[in-house]
Amino acid sequence: MRTLYKFHGGVHPPEHKEESNRLPIAPAPLPKRLTVPLRQHIGNPAIPVVKVGDQVLKGQMIGAADGFISAAVHAPASGTVSAIEPHAVPHPSGLPDLCITIEADGEERWIERAPLDYRNADPDAVRLRLRDAGVVGLGGAVFPSHVKLNPGAPAGIKTLVLNGAECEPWITSDDRLMRERAAEVVEGIKIMAHLMRPEEVLIGIEDNKPEAAAAMQAACRGTGYEVVVVPTLYPSGGEKQLIKLLTGKEVPAGRRPVNIGVTCSNTGTAYTVHRAVNHGEPVISRIVTVTGNVLEPRNFETLIGTPIAEIVQLAGGARPGTTHYIMGGPMMGFGLDNLNAPLTKAVNCVISASPALFPPAPPPMPCIRCGRCAQACPCELQPQELFWFSHSRNFDKARAYNLFDCIECGACSYVCPSHIPLVSYYRFAKSEIATRDMEKKLAEQARERFELKQQRLEREKQEKAARFAEKAAAAAAAKAAAAASGVEDPEAAAKKAAIQAAVERAKAKKAEAAAKAEGAETPAEKIPQGDSDPLRAKARAESYAASTENNTDS
Amino acid sequence: MVFLGIVLGAVLGYASIRFKVEGNPLVEKVEATLPQTQCGQCGYAGCRPYAEAVAAGKAEPNQCVPGGDNVAKSLADLLGVEFKPVGGGEGSGPKPRQVAFIDESTCVGCTACIKACPVDCIIGASKLMHTVIANQCTGCELCVPACPVDCIAMLPVKENIANWKWHYPVIEIKKAA
Repeated sequence: MRTLYKFHGGVHPPEHKEESNRLPIAPAPLPKRLTVPLRQHIGNPAIPVVKVGDQVLKGQMIGAADGFISAAVHAPASGTVSAIEPHAVPHPSGLPDLCITIEADGEERWIERAPLDYRNADPDAVRLRLRDAGVVGLGGAVFPSHVKLNPGAPAGIKTLVLNGAECEPWITSDDRLMRERAAEVVEGIKIMAHLMRPEEVLIGIEDNKPEAAAAMQAACRGTGYEVVVVPTLYPSGGEKQLIKLLTGKEVPAGRRPVNIGVTCSNTGTAYTVHRAVNHGEPVISRIVTVTGNVLEPRNFETLIGTPIAEIVQLAGGARPGTTHYIMGGPMMGFGLDNLNAPLTKAVNCVISASPALFPPAPPPMPCIRCGRCAQACPCELQPQELFWFSHSRNFDKARAYNLFDCIECGACSYVCPSHIPLVSYYRFAKSEIATRDMEKKLAEQARERFELKQQRLEREKQEKAARFAEKAAAAAAAKAAAAASGVEDPEAAAKKAAIQAAVERAKAKKAEAAAKAEGAETPAEKIPQGDSDPLRAKARAESYAASTENNTDS
Repeated sequence: MVFLGIVLGAVLGYASIRFKVEGNPLVEKVEATLPQTQCGQCGYAGCRPYAEAVAAGKAEPNQCVPGGDNVAKSLADLLGVEFKPVGGGEGSGPKPRQVAFIDESTCVGCTACIKACPVDCIIGASKLMHTVIANQCTGCELCVPACPVDCIAMLPVKENIANWKWHYPVIEIKKAA
């Protein structure tokens, strides 16, 4: 028996698992219209690769991964692309996002599905397959798996942790998946282990899921993978908490598990890895728990893009008294404004909420500094301090108190006797700080661009000045050379000759005129004129020559 | 005592050369506070010249229009002077982020805006259509008056999923039962 370690704090909210975990996973029928968001993962949203009016096959890539941290999205059914436009998506903001809408034709024509022999393939080829199959972490953060399943660090990966804790109340999708498809989950773990080459593989499952643990144990026989049953305590399914529980290692503040030689993945992700690699099936469906105030709470294997309203109908529809819907669990989930929003890879649970099940929170009272939140915090933070700093918008202090290590699990809000919505304050402070950092980065870039422009202008000015100076120097040198050698270049000589000729002509004309008028007028009157005119002509010709020279210079 | 004085004097002399402060550190601090819009609305040719003027005491710390009262406040704190709202009286919040947009059907390709852009964010060439690098545009509006055919508009950046922020928690006041 493995020694288990303890993480700090934790709470025991009512589990509410038995409502939805009794019935097996039911396949959901094909909806008429599927709306597939292009942003279903962390990183860049996928780029659409189909046009409105295109015929698509089931499993065909309709959005390609954009960059390294991104993943593809696929057509969940065969049919026609009817729109590529913003559509309601399940997001706490309630804002629309770009989606591809497909009218299903009901024929369910698949793309060609080819398994990949991962044992003999290049690991990068396997990772590429995962990216193009849209495999992302299904535990909630939807981080692209091809990025995560890369040992990268020179020290390598010592432990691969599979997260089957599912600690959040009400949700049972991983529980049912492990009970019913343990063998396939283990096949997926084999692929992950092949890519990561860890020394040990640990599968953590909370002790409120004995059937799932037994099924996984049976499936792991002979593989060397160890199923570890951990005590039920929220949030044992948090990545850093589960790693602490199983290995005793703590992920340092601001670092990721890979920095201490551990990688943690959800069991649901392992299942999709298996489908993608061994069956060539991209992620076009997921198991979602529909529970709460519905007639028949249950898990459904539902196509991505199915409207949430239809998913609620699968469970018999909402019972009277439903006031709102929650996406995810009650601790970390958020309210859904629009039931037209489609199912995405991140949605593991839809809860129909009624005041009987989720009594509205009493009005928040002032913090009484009791410190219960600090006792409950699984990250060993000081939630009350973070609350004061976030509340007073003292963001630098909040950051200094490691606000960014908060996993927003909600344990602090759960125990707060003053019913303060602590996590809302942390989320506000986090997004405010992130925005400011972004603005600072943009300002820094703007400053650089401004300085570069100034430098460029300065450089161009200097270059122009240098060009002028060079030309002027060259001209002066040529003149000086001509003067020194006494030899004129042919052009100047021609010019001079022309001027001389003009002067001669003028002189001749004057002389002719003078000879004609000789008899009538006194020569004394005429002589100065005849002398001055050729001089003027010469001066004019010279100034003209100088001006043309200047023109060619500039 | 004399010996000690000589030694310490030598140490101080060395330190003054070795740890000489290049430039005015206050300028850097002021510049880091400014939004780097490079719009010139403060009356200086960019954020750096304004920062230098503020640090030298030649300019008031409340002249940055895009930064609004937030920047004016932090600059006043930094300089240890009393805060005065931007624009003399009424004051203003930071301007919402905006980007220039070129109506490409009207653009005549004159390159006037390219010369006006302080951060080189407009691409184009003579007699060819111009366009704005939207994510690097500081929204300074300097290109708007430069355009001879009025084809540049300033558009506010709309809220979308990528730039959405969690709001400050607001607790509804309900009537006590």
